[in-house]
Amino acid sequence: MIKAENIFKSFGDKEVLKDISATFLPGQTNLIIGRSGAGKTVLLKILVGLIQPDEGTVWYDEVDFSHLKKKDLRTVRMKVGMLFQGSALFDSLTVEQNIRFPLDMFTNMTAKEKKDRVNYCLERVSLEGANSKYPSEISGGMQKRVGIARAIVLKPKYLFCDEPNSGLDPKTAIVIDELIRSITIENDITTIINTHDMNSVMEIGDHIILLYDGKIAWQGNKAEVLNTDNEILENFIFASPFLQRLRSTALNNG
Amino acid sequence: MFFKNFLYHFGRYVIMLRTALSRPESFNMYYRETMRQMNDIGVGSLVIVALIAIFIGAVTAVQFSYQVTGTLVPIYYIGYIVRDSTIIELAPTITCLVLAGKVGSNIAAEIGGMRQKEHIDAMEIMGVNTAAYLIMPKIIAAMIVIPILVALAAFVSIIGGYLAMVLSGAMSDAEYVQGVRSFFVEFNVVMMFVKALVFSFLLTSVSAYQGYHVRGGSIELGQASTNAVVFSDILILLFDYLIALLLT
Repeated sequence: MIKAENIFKSFGDKEVLKDISATFLPGQTNLIIGRSGAGKTVLLKILVGLIQPDEGTVWYDEVDFSHLKKKDLRTVRMKVGMLFQGSALFDSLTVEQNIRFPLDMFTNMTAKEKKDRVNYCLERVSLEGANSKYPSEISGGMQKRVGIARAIVLKPKYLFCDEPNSGLDPKTAIVIDELIRSITIENDITTIINTHDMNSVMEIGDHIILLYDGKIAWQGNKAEVLNTDNEILENFIFASPFLQRLRSTALNNG
Repeated sequence: MFFKNFLYHFGRYVIMLRTALSRPESFNMYYRETMRQMNDIGVGSLVIVALIAIFIGAVTAVQFSYQVTGTLVPIYYIGYIVRDSTIIELAPTITCLVLAGKVGSNIAAEIGGMRQKEHIDAMEIMGVNTAAYLIMPKIIAAMIVIPILVALAAFVSIIGGYLAMVLSGAMSDAEYVQGVRSFFVEFNVVMMFVKALVFSFLLTSVSAYQGYHVRGGSIELGQASTNAVVFSDILILLFDYLIALLLT
């Protein structure tokens, strides 16, 4: 479980996050949604420890994550996996070397054990046989899947995904969403996804937080989205006339 | 304002180096990275260093020959001057100025690119001490291979002087060799290695600092790369002067 308590963050005069408190439970996909500039990425970076909040605390289970010493922070981080928006794969390493990197750095596993673990992770993201390819030789969707494989190779307790579907076609985006969701449930991981992809919201939104102007404007799950009377959420989710018509039809048909 | 700015960057530079000086997460990974850097910095710079050194020796010999012609200075002094100017000053300083351009800009661009493509963030989240993993192997590799390159540059430079003088018929083989073997002071070699060690530390750490703290996009990355070369060059020349004051 990850818990954010009264998080405030400003950059200069601009208040980006104002009193954010939320709990993210394990075994479910927690989505942070909101318009560009709403503070999603800053909140995710605070939760993962890349940015320090001005005020407030982030708890990883019983550990006060935002006030840890650097050495202890690294120990906790070994339990964290993250999928970046641009995948952040190391260009000069092959797919296998990318996934093996955390194993080489932090474990005393034998070469065979590492190979088996890498192959398992590749199999898990349906990329068997891509071991020797370089990131530049594979598609954006495959790069995301390699990013997921690298994020789960150390069996993390916490998984963060920053815009996992950006730049992907709708079909590939669904594959990535389903993959993240199934990995989350299988391993009882606390997964936090930063997204503005509406398909993701409706498909895998077990717990959704809508950020607006640096504050939490709405919390709920995907079933509650359709029936909401929250104006900010309505304006965000059903921004296009097409979706508004679709929603009216769905509600009219019961 | 300038002093405040200097203190800010110097403080961040010291903090970066202090963070980099920690126990490696995996000796094997750091060893492999150091070997890779030794290959990139050392083997990758061999040709350019040798080429520059041979011309430095040749030009020094030709110009000194021009100055001593028609004077009472014995002609074999050309070999002596080429040897000493090369060992004391030209090999360490010119080689490191050139390497600041080649290796320094490369380090700043490599680390800066990793920062911009979120590779450093990815490593941080894994729990890697990025200052240590990305910077220490480069500093250690440079402090091992650059003194070797400088020694090689000194040797090639003396050969360059020989080729320029003896092949052109300006002096005999025996005269040049006599000059090279005259008035040899072993301490000058120590001074050459002290300079090589200090300069190699400066050019790698300053360039790494520029890359590690880069923000923004491609323009900022270009600026970081340029700053790496400019600041490394200025510091190399400043420390060249300080070492000369201290050791002579």
